[in-house]
Amino acid sequence: MLRYTVRRLLGALPTLLVIVTLAFLLLHAAPGGPFDSEKRMMPEIQRSIEARYHLDEPLWRQYLRYLGDLAHGDLGPSFQYRSTSVNEIIAQGLPVDATIGLTAITLALSIGGTVGINAALRRGTRWDYGSMAVAMAGISVPVFVVAPLLILVFAIKLHWLPAGDWVHGSPSHLLLPAVALALPYTAYIARLMRAGTIDVLNSPFIRTARAKGLPLRLIVWRHALPPTLTPLVSFLGPAIAGLLTGSIVVETVFGLPGIGRYFITAALNRDYTLVIGITVLYGALIILFNLLADLCYAWIDPRVRLR
Amino acid sequence: MSAAAGLWRQALQRLRRQRMSVAAALLLATIMLACLLLPLLSPYDYFTPHFELLSRGPMLAGGHILGTDPLGRDLLLRVMWGCRISLAVGVAASLVSVLIGVSWGATAGYVGGATDALMMRAVDILYSVPFVPFVIVLTVLFGRELWLIFLAIGAVSWLDIARIVRGETLSLKQREFIEAARVSGVRGAAMIARHIVPNLIGIVIIYATLAIPTVILFEAFLSFLGLGVQSPLASLGSLVADGTSEMQSHPHLLIVPALFLAAIIYCFNYLGDGLRDALDPRDR
Amino acid sequence: MSAGPAGPDALDAPPLRIRRLSVSYATDHGRIEAVRDIDIDVAAGEFLGIVGESGSGKTQLLLSVLGLSAPRAELGGSIRYRQQELLRLDSAALNQVRGNRISMVFQDPMTALNPYLRVGIQITEVLRVHRGASARAAEQRAIDMLQSVHIPDAQRRMRQYPHELSGGMRQRVMIAMALIAEPEILLADEPSTALDVTVQAQILSLFQELRARTGTAIVLVTHDLGVIAEVADRVAVMYAGRIMEQAPVHELFARPRHPYTEALQQSIPRIDAARPARLPSIAGTPPDPASLPPGCAFAPRCIYRMPVCDAVAPPLLEDSPGHWKACHHDGALGKLRGQAA
Repeated sequence: MLRYTVRRLLGALPTLLVIVTLAFLLLHAAPGGPFDSEKRMMPEIQRSIEARYHLDEPLWRQYLRYLGDLAHGDLGPSFQYRSTSVNEIIAQGLPVDATIGLTAITLALSIGGTVGINAALRRGTRWDYGSMAVAMAGISVPVFVVAPLLILVFAIKLHWLPAGDWVHGSPSHLLLPAVALALPYTAYIARLMRAGTIDVLNSPFIRTARAKGLPLRLIVWRHALPPTLTPLVSFLGPAIAGLLTGSIVVETVFGLPGIGRYFITAALNRDYTLVIGITVLYGALIILFNLLADLCYAWIDPRVRLR
Repeated sequence: MSAAAGLWRQALQRLRRQRMSVAAALLLATIMLACLLLPLLSPYDYFTPHFELLSRGPMLAGGHILGTDPLGRDLLLRVMWGCRISLAVGVAASLVSVLIGVSWGATAGYVGGATDALMMRAVDILYSVPFVPFVIVLTVLFGRELWLIFLAIGAVSWLDIARIVRGETLSLKQREFIEAARVSGVRGAAMIARHIVPNLIGIVIIYATLAIPTVILFEAFLSFLGLGVQSPLASLGSLVADGTSEMQSHPHLLIVPALFLAAIIYCFNYLGDGLRDALDPRDR
Repeated sequence: MSAGPAGPDALDAPPLRIRRLSVSYATDHGRIEAVRDIDIDVAAGEFLGIVGESGSGKTQLLLSVLGLSAPRAELGGSIRYRQQELLRLDSAALNQVRGNRISMVFQDPMTALNPYLRVGIQITEVLRVHRGASARAAEQRAIDMLQSVHIPDAQRRMRQYPHELSGGMRQRVMIAMALIAEPEILLADEPSTALDVTVQAQILSLFQELRARTGTAIVLVTHDLGVIAEVADRVAVMYAGRIMEQAPVHELFARPRHPYTEALQQSIPRIDAARPARLPSIAGTPPDPASLPPGCAFAPRCIYRMPVCDAVAPPLLEDSPGHWKACHHDGALGKLRGQAA
């Protein structure tokens, strides 16, 4: 298990290198630089700033310098926020994303899971058709539509919850963004759990469990649930990493100080280091959650051997 | 080939039995027809501001059925143009991704061996690449051209199709008629184009149908962030974004384009689901 | 019409009495009648064999006893266990019977055990649910039970997962699981078919041994008349959802009264007889369950067929004490034997 994890993490290094290289080349191939701003600078000043950030060096040397810093865990200074390092920006923004993301996933798992299992147990009833139609709607309505509507209803019309802003540790500020982010995941998980549960309930070992006279509660939770978790986990691995995409929208709509918002402005301002840094972070998170998903498989299904 | 024709007829029957899928297809056809015809018939245009008619609500009298936007332009017309752009992006980018995905997957699956291992390893690595930031960077840095958006989205969304097509190709390779073609001397690209790909059509149609709503959502996401289609052109995403800033005073500006966007995606999803059940009965 | 003596209240009344049982399904191709009008009893402690080809309804019959028929199945008639009508029990009351008073062993031990759970918990949960046993007591009892089905190193096996056991071992686990609550009746659906021949024999002798030791009645369903001959006291022969003949095992083998039984018997390879040039098989195919003939279902394949056979389905009648048959033909059989020899 430990050896497997270490080997997977080592195996991820080339992938990360590909990501860094792609991002680096893409940014530097684009027209314009971080300091060609609207207001024209004195050529000498611009040159001295560029020299400070080593932008005057040949590209290969900048690339190697960046890789060297990265190997030490240093993502470099931000070009846009002059006095701040990329590491500091991420350290400030990531907790916000993590809080919203974790809340959203918890909501999605508990609600989506319950709805999906219930739909499967009541297959073919109105409850089943109804909840699946709603789930399909949930998949089809994008986060950037849900988020403003939630604000419109719960903040502007009803005044129940704040319309945005971020107060650390305040559940009322967390709720609307998390719900908006959770909605498509809830819907997807509900569909996934329904299909998985129907599959499992038809399997011979569930018939054995029924023949043993076990109560339904035990059949569902002990016998049917673990097999349905396998497809769920293979969805969740990439999905949790993908939450970051959704959170870009949520941060924009609710005005939250997460990484996503920084990323957009950084891209617009050609803040090379910040863009590459956040991209690498996203890539690392995708790799990490896929690894976690594979570890979860082995934990859920005793037949899976990690090698 | 009468057996194949019979299979298609059966598939069509199964599809027809799913009333929801049929309803989705009809609604989709209606929206497509409307967004093609209405702009031709409308007395207005989508770009000229009318400052005497700012942000009117929906009304039947006066000609602006769905009201006007903050610049006094007819909202129905704007939304129809938005549907045009969104659907065009969705279909075009899905075509790009199907094209790359099918040729990549079929080649890897058919050639097999080290080539297959290498090509699929590349897919594995690309799966770990965070595409959203890349597409954002791409659109930000290289101008917000419509064709670039097609290309960028298409280029990053072919991975699923490549994997599925490779798997199908591997199992097709075991079948007798491929063996027969090989014995009669068909090789390489001709084999892939003439014998493998035609047999993948069912599965490709399914995933293309399911790719379209994903792509439309992605374009809408970019446009919402202001990185997609540029004014005065509008996609459903940018209309929703405009509506969001006005929602307090004029909620219809948010609700109308949001409804159309959701309806289109809903229909594609239902249709894709129905097609999967109809064409791929194993997968139930 | 009663296959056993006395009424339901008598002390020695058979614990399980099935009357006019029918199981049918509505499908795209019409109504399928899997089980038709079956009367059968299971006496205390007996070893009843039910034999039939695949599709004869024997598995459906077993499943219906424990309420395990497919959700869209329609059941008619009566299944009485002791004082209870099983077809009308609610799920809570039915669960009191399942695995506790009547338990079941399935055909394929590869898929019948839950691959995600340790063997131990799958056995102990039966006791925990039905007896409210403590974890420790259930565990000890399960280990004893595994030993009594001849699983060596039982303590270690408890912590293993099904995929770590061989097929025969898994079937032993299934049997231990089915017997741990000391049921009165054990239903076994082709329990040895999916196993190697040597393992099959071991499992069958295990059934006999356990029946002798615990007094549990066993109902064994199989397509293999040879298996029945080895272990059963009494045999019922099923064809197209009905019982064709029912008799004590030696009686059935010595004097089959139904042409179908005779044909089945002839298709078993025999060691003691001269080997025929070709093992006779029954001509024709079993009828389509969606469109059964109005008369006797076996008539189209029967070499004794008479005009009445196509018109009227013969009822199951007691021909001589304990020997029941559903056939219009009253004369001696033996045509087939003459042919084969």
